[in-house]
Amino acid sequence: MEFALLPEILSSTVRMSVPLILACIAGLWSERSGVVDIGLEGKMLVGAFSAAAAASYFHSPWIGLLLAILVCIMFSLVHGYASITQRGNQVVSGVAINMLAAGLTVVIGNSWYKQGGRTPQLDDASRFLPINFPGRDALFEMDGVGPIAKIFLDHSVLAFIAFALVPLSAWALAKTRFGLRLRAVGENPQAVDTAGISVARLRYQAVIIAGVLCGIAGAYLSTALQTSFVRDMSAGRGFLALTALIFANWRAWPALGACLLFGFLQAVANFMQGFHLFGVEIPVQVFNALPYIMTIVLLAGFIGKSVPPKASGTPYSKDR
Amino acid sequence: MARVAGIFGGGVFILSHLTALNRGMTPAIELINIDKRFGAVHANNNVSIAIAAGTIHGIIGENGAGKSTLMSILFGFYQADKGECRLRGKPEKIKSSTDAIALGIGMVHQHFMLVEPFTVLENIILGAEGGALIGPALDKARAALKHLADEYELDVDPDAIVGELPVGLQQRVEILKALYKGAEVLILDEPTGVLTPAEADHLFRILKQLRDQGKTIILITHKLREIMAITDRVSVMRRGEVVAEFDTSKTNVGELAEAMVGRRVLLRVEKTRAKPGNVVLDVRHLTWRDKKNIARVDDVSFNVRKGEIVGIAGVSGNGQSELLDVITGIAKASSGEVIFKDQPVGIKDSPAELRKRGLAHVPEDRHHRGLISTFTAAESAILGYQSNPALGKGFRLNRDAVVAQSLKQMQEFDVRPADPHLKSAKFSGGNQQKIILAREIGSNPDLLIVGQPTRGVDIGAIEFIHRRLIELRDQGKAILLVSVELDEIRSLSDRILVMFAGRVMGERPPSADERELGLLMAGVGKEAA
Repeated sequence: MEFALLPEILSSTVRMSVPLILACIAGLWSERSGVVDIGLEGKMLVGAFSAAAAASYFHSPWIGLLLAILVCIMFSLVHGYASITQRGNQVVSGVAINMLAAGLTVVIGNSWYKQGGRTPQLDDASRFLPINFPGRDALFEMDGVGPIAKIFLDHSVLAFIAFALVPLSAWALAKTRFGLRLRAVGENPQAVDTAGISVARLRYQAVIIAGVLCGIAGAYLSTALQTSFVRDMSAGRGFLALTALIFANWRAWPALGACLLFGFLQAVANFMQGFHLFGVEIPVQVFNALPYIMTIVLLAGFIGKSVPPKASGTPYSKDR
Repeated sequence: MARVAGIFGGGVFILSHLTALNRGMTPAIELINIDKRFGAVHANNNVSIAIAAGTIHGIIGENGAGKSTLMSILFGFYQADKGECRLRGKPEKIKSSTDAIALGIGMVHQHFMLVEPFTVLENIILGAEGGALIGPALDKARAALKHLADEYELDVDPDAIVGELPVGLQQRVEILKALYKGAEVLILDEPTGVLTPAEADHLFRILKQLRDQGKTIILITHKLREIMAITDRVSVMRRGEVVAEFDTSKTNVGELAEAMVGRRVLLRVEKTRAKPGNVVLDVRHLTWRDKKNIARVDDVSFNVRKGEIVGIAGVSGNGQSELLDVITGIAKASSGEVIFKDQPVGIKDSPAELRKRGLAHVPEDRHHRGLISTFTAAESAILGYQSNPALGKGFRLNRDAVVAQSLKQMQEFDVRPADPHLKSAKFSGGNQQKIILAREIGSNPDLLIVGQPTRGVDIGAIEFIHRRLIELRDQGKAILLVSVELDEIRSLSDRILVMFAGRVMGERPPSADERELGLLMAGVGKEAA
């Protein structure tokens, strides 16, 4: 690895981490309330598609973002209806959402744009570009400080939202009434019910939050990171985010750490095409597989232990 | 039962003055003509109960008599199909637990409604946070807790993680939760099931104190001893109906038991002297060490002969479970030997092998080891005996034969309902135990090992199970009985061994003084076997 590449890699790390953080925090809210969300991947995908389609039609990234959020909330409600109201299997419902998303985006994209599932290229006005604050260029060209500032500041507004969501979520879960009840419902829904609080309502609120965050993540993929929607563009990020969530033991700050780590590995993978170690070419897939290997090692109990919320994945019903 | 008789003879608290005082006043709670069905089950059939303010009112009945349903209706957890609730004379619609809490009703459930990773304070404010941020509520609860602790002996560390507290303290948190939310009426559902006798006594002291401060307490239980010890008045429920009501001071255990079961109940097991024969099980210097190399079973020696019941008494967790595991082949001894029918039990002897050799086992934990709750009764009734050629040839299972055998066993052991197709989980604790007992006795064993045969079993079934065990003994079988219920051990056993910290503290006859046995159970003894 060449040292000169480091600022590039770190800057890329931040960009790769953003969708992971958004999806991971989405999963955090959902799973802390006891609803397992395998469907992060699919929701990101429909979010990305909706954002790109709406942005290209209205020539506004914001309308794209809004639509992505709305569509993702709809998908979340489907998941909620299946797993909260109908007490279905949450994993099955999540998998169904993933399959639906993968198919639907391509079918609709093909029928609308006839570009093999792509959406039209977005011009700069329809995208989220890195924020252009006063004195930006001057700052980035300064010796020493410039490259470092660029790592942290050369990003779109969605990236800043993603990073702001971490302390916000940590605080809301720990210090607010809503957070307390949400955590309680993920651990022992009966305790919440007997305290006179609606379990279903809390869980719906949680999955809606997850929908909003997945929408932002999707919009980031297609209107900030890339310039259009491409089929399957979420590329396993939803699963990677779930992995990060397990790695972080369902806590917000460690989730940030895990997402940055996984983002770093993705960035390195991109820069390490054809990387040689002791004369052997290291396949890129090694880097891509690392997060999963690390998580398995973690789950096997070598690093620490990861304990999910107790009621996670269990539908609630009054009858014992 | 001897336990019941012992308490009754030993003196009962008589607290009728308060009941008398409150007579003529408006009752704190009136439930009028409450009716509730769950599908085909008529859980509450036109139930009416009035509960005087400032009293402890017991509701007693066997498992499934409808006590918990009735209280869940009062607490707003279920809605009655018909009927009315009146609080202090005023008709109220209690549509949810929120309504009940607002009306000053608190409930301590049988299975605690606590969030285990939360602190005590967080658990207490849940549902009563008062604002969008929890900071102020936590401070308020901390102050209130201090106050409650001083007033009622309800000390508990407000910052402790609830899941790390012992059960007795967790229950205290439940009571504090209700009191913090302003409960004037406190419902306790089977509160002593999980407590040690000392913890139960402390609980009763707290309840009396609460009553003396004017709170109304409803105690749901199936233990007659508790009713006699602390209630002022008692309602007896059977099959969804209130069948009798008494002032506690004017009734006795026999009368209550009869009302509960609907017929006269033998409170003491009748048995003749044992006629012990050859040694069937011989345990010699048996030791079992856990992963941390601690001897959980420590140099234990004893034997069991044909035609006798040997009881192992002791407080739960003193090595009894581990001892059973080693004898039944589930765990392997670290040292020492077990000789069953003159043949040593070797390392290779699996539980299945031992079962074939005539060792039957009714495990302590019937839910985890006795049956599979999602299996039908017929399927649960052949667990461990599935390769019996009578039930099918080769790898095939003859379902008709399985069902027929199960039905026969169910009829013989009076399992209700006698439906082999019903899921095991749908039976009451007593009937589940009868299914297991029928299975194990049905294998015609030479040695029956029974762990906690009547845990969570109602009084009618206890009587039945005890009788069957004595019958089996009289047929010349050897029985090893492990129970934490000292009265059960004393009334069934021909010899009693007491275990403490993995060791056998001594052997006593069943006629031994209860105090003496209690001392051995606490690890105080002159001899070590």
